[in-house]
This record gives sequence, structure tokens and C-alpha cells, in this order.
Amino acid sequence: MTSTSARLPRSDELLRLDGISVRLSGREILNDVSFAIRPGEFTGLIGPNGAGKTTILRVILGLQPPSSGTVTVAGSEPGQRPGRRRRGPVVGYVPQKLLIEPDMPLRVRDVVALGVDGNRLGLPLPSRARRDLVAETLRAVGADGYADARVGELSGGEQQRVMIAHALISSPRLLLLDEPLANLDIRSARGIVAILARLAHEQRIAILISAHDMNPLAQVMDRIVYVAAGRAAVGSSEEVLRTDVLSNLYGQHVDVLHVHGRVVIVAGEDDEDTGSPGDLDRQPDTVYGSGAA
Amino acid sequence: MEHFFHYLFAPGLASSGPVRVALLVGTVVAVTSGVVGVFTVTRGQSFAGHALADVATTGGSGAFLIGLNQFWGFLAFGIGAAAFLEIIGVQRRRGRDVATGVVLGAGLGLAALFLYLDAASTSTTGASFTVLFGSIFVIASSTVPALIASGLIALLVVVVLSRVLLLSSLSPDIAAVRGVPVRAVGAAYLIALAISVSLSAVAIGAVLSTALLIGPAATALRIARGPVRAMAVSALIGVVATWLGILLAYDSYDWPPHGHGWPVSFFIVALVVIFYLLSYLRRPSRSRSARTASGAAGAHSRSEEGACSAAS
Repeated sequence: MTSTSARLPRSDELLRLDGISVRLSGREILNDVSFAIRPGEFTGLIGPNGAGKTTILRVILGLQPPSSGTVTVAGSEPGQRPGRRRRGPVVGYVPQKLLIEPDMPLRVRDVVALGVDGNRLGLPLPSRARRDLVAETLRAVGADGYADARVGELSGGEQQRVMIAHALISSPRLLLLDEPLANLDIRSARGIVAILARLAHEQRIAILISAHDMNPLAQVMDRIVYVAAGRAAVGSSEEVLRTDVLSNLYGQHVDVLHVHGRVVIVAGEDDEDTGSPGDLDRQPDTVYGSGAA
Repeated sequence: MEHFFHYLFAPGLASSGPVRVALLVGTVVAVTSGVVGVFTVTRGQSFAGHALADVATTGGSGAFLIGLNQFWGFLAFGIGAAAFLEIIGVQRRRGRDVATGVVLGAGLGLAALFLYLDAASTSTTGASFTVLFGSIFVIASSTVPALIASGLIALLVVVVLSRVLLLSSLSPDIAAVRGVPVRAVGAAYLIALAISVSLSAVAIGAVLSTALLIGPAATALRIARGPVRAMAVSALIGVVATWLGILLAYDSYDWPPHGHGWPVSFFIVALVVIFYLLSYLRRPSRSRSARTASGAAGAHSRSEEGACSAAS
């Protein structure tokens, strides 16, 4: 992991977004978003639904070209395919809300193996090296107990572990996860967070995780990228989760309250447009309780 | 029992030219449909398969009208319809239903006209029956090499693309990030589907062709867990249903009304449906053991969560 940083052109940044703006059919989705991520950093991409979190992840992945600004992933722009193939997958991706039907003919071990060679041609013939790697990766996320189950028959939390293993098996240096804790019970969510924190700490994998509720992540986040109305505030929890910073971001007054060790953001009086903190009232902020931010 | 086998494998069966051709072509069709069908069901494109079959009906009945073998009509219109579905967005979930419905209606309307003209020009209903319900016992020997070659092409496309198709079914976004040309792969798959449907239309008729595509695959997906095994089981079910269907149809020449064999398509489709229903009798024992195992893993993960919550 450390030897690869020698290939980076400047500093040790794995990912850098510079002034990213995205406009889709006249609507501004992102406005001048900039931040950088270094190896082993755990970054929370926090904000209400519709704020632009998924769009930021899609820009990083090269699935959404920005209207302006640059993205640099491990020294090159995404979408330059030949370079990415030669380097191997730098970025692992766990998409939002996968709906896997129970009749999808993929066992857990098949899904994880697709993380190794799902982009190659030919039948997936048995290979001892791959089987061992799959077993090892499943152990790393605590999913080795259901390796032979159909992935569509698993619970949401179990499926998240499997998809993390799928992303992890190609040894990415940056792992992007889109709302992996949404719709999970507290116990499953904590399990996922513990796995991710361990990956960041032990394997120096940089984690960028989007969430509408920051509280389950409060213990493990090195940094917050708080997104509201297409703009982002970046820094430590203390720097970002402040009434003045977030009011400026939302473009209206919001209160950042610390209640019983949780952070709750409460809207001001007028909240007319989407992405306003008024949406936060409907987020399950108060469901979770996991320490101070 | 001996009497039963003597009856099932009626005298003259092995030496009958049409039966041998039927068994050969039937095997190719069943294997192709079985393997392609696994992906059709997985990708949720059963309806698209049916639309291709309906448009192929138009091609088959049109080919009859101009004196061509119906297979070429099935194939040309099937692939044309696949291209059209691709262009109007069959791969987008929203566009899929509407696009498929429009193509389907247009195809069957023309087929009605062509079949009427076929019947009017030959004064028989033979063309209609052959196009709609198949003609595996009267396959022209000149088309056999083309049928086998088409089947192998469709099979090859799907086998070579199997992993990228599975990854795209799991998540098109992940596939795109991994450098898979998702749309091109989907288009190549639609072509293979069109070929497979055309072959199936020759064997058991355009109207029933999706039965051989969807039935064995749906059954296999209930029985086998992994992708390679699902493809193998699906192909096997298709082959068994086809062979048994051909045997029974051959035997049915002795059944009332005497001297007229029952349609082989009926037997094949009936067997496919019986296999599918039988798969429901199977106790989902493996599934249950998987759940138990996952419960144990849950306990394992709770221990590491304990460390997390202790910190908070």
C-alpha cells in the first residue's frame, strides 16, 4: 500500500476534487465542491437526501462528468480507461440500495468472485487461488458464515457486508459507499461501521461513506464533507457542525444541537426549497445514539 | 415395464430420418434456450423475449409468403426487433414496458395479415400451424447446418459474456465503473436472445418459443444456486423435455384420432410446465441451512460490534 504512493504526482492524496460543479438540464446539482482524501482516512459525506451526495460519488467514479472542475483519483482523471486497467481498480464502490431478487443465481461467494474478474470474458471456472481469496475476504467482513447462500435471500445488513467484500477483494485504495447504513437496524449498522473503521485503520484504505445521518459514524469519522443544496463544507466535526457554518451552507438559519451526545440539525422558520434543512426533520437523526460528535 | 419402454421407444424411432433430425435440432435448441434463458430471467427480460417471438412470427409468416424457410424470417425479424428494442431503450427500466408493448402489437398485427395471405394463397392452414406451433418433424435438411450454427453462435455469445452479464445484472453502475461497456453487452445479449427465440420458434412454434426459453431457466433457478450450475441444469431440463416430447409425439401417431400425431410442441411445453411445478415440491432445505449459518455469523459479528459500542 505504501509503495504505491510513490506514483502519486503531488503529496499523498488519493483523491482530489477541485471546484466540481454539476448542472443537469439547467438545474444546479453541485456548486464548487472541493476536498481531498488521503490513505487510511475515514471521511463522512453527510447531508440530507437530495443534497448531491450520490452525484459527488458518481463524479468520482467517472459515471457523471462534471460541468466544471477536475477530479483526480490517484493521480489521474477517472474515465481514462486504459490507465485505470493497467493500475487495477483503485476505487471500490458499494452502490446505494441494491435490490437483489431472490432468484438471482448468485451465491455470496459468486458475488464476491465477480469483484475479482466480473469484467472479464469467459465462464467463471473454478480456481483455487480465487476461492481462497474469496474466503479470506468474506472472513474480513464477517460474512463467511453464509458464503453458499443466495445473495438475494440475505437481509439488508448481510447484503451490505457481501457488497463490501465484493468491492474489497480487488484491493482498492479508496472505498466509496453510498448510504450503506440506510434501512439497517442499529446493530447491523454498527457492525458495518466497525468493519469499515478496521479497514481504514489496518489496511490504510481510504473510506468515503455517504449518509443522511451522521450519528452512527460519529466515532470513526476523521473528517466530514457536509453537503447541503449542492455546496459542501469540509473539515473536522468541530469545524463543520456549527450553527454559523451550516447556516451559511444551507443559506438560511439552522441550529446545530448536541442532544444526549447526538448531533441534531434543526431548520429555521422558512424552508421553501428542496434540500433545505426542513428535510432533516424527517430524517431518522434521533433514532441512533452513538456518542458525541 | 419392458412393455412401457417398448411402447415409449416405438419401433422405427431410431431409423426414422425426421426423428433423428428432430432430436439433433431439438437438442441444439434446448441447450441454447436453456442457457440464454437463465440470463433472460435474471435480467428480467422475459417480456422482451416474448416480444421478440411475436415479431419473429411476422418474419416467419412473411418468409412463407415469399417461399423462404421460416427460420430466416424468424431470424431476420427477431434480430431487427432486438435492434429496435435496444434503440428505443429496452435496457432502461422505464422505457422497457412501453417499448416492448409497442413492438409486440405492431408485429402481431402484420403476422395476422401474412398468415391470412399464406392461407389464402395455399388454401391450407399448414403455414399458420407451422409458424405458430412449430414443425420439428418437417425441418428441411438444408436448414439444419444453419440452425446448428446459429445455436452455437448464440451459446458462444452468452457463455463468453456470462460474467459481465452477471455483473451488469447485479449493478450496472459497478459494471460501468469496472470498465464494462454495459450497453454494448446488453445489445449483444439481445441479439443472442433473438437467435435463441428464432431457433425455439422453429422447434415448437413462435407462439410457444418463450416456453422453452423461460420454463427450464425458471426451474433451474429454483434448484441450482450458482450461475454455472443454473445454466447446466436449465439446458438439461430443456433437453430432457424436448427428447421426451419428441418420443411422445412419435408415439402419439397411434393415439386417437388415429394416424395423426399430436403436436410435439404440446408435449414439450407440457413437460416444461410439469418440471417447473415439480420444482415447487422440493423442500427449500439448503435455503434454511443458509439462514441458520447466517444467524451464527450474526453472532460472530456481534462480538466485534461489542467492541464498537463499548467505546461509545
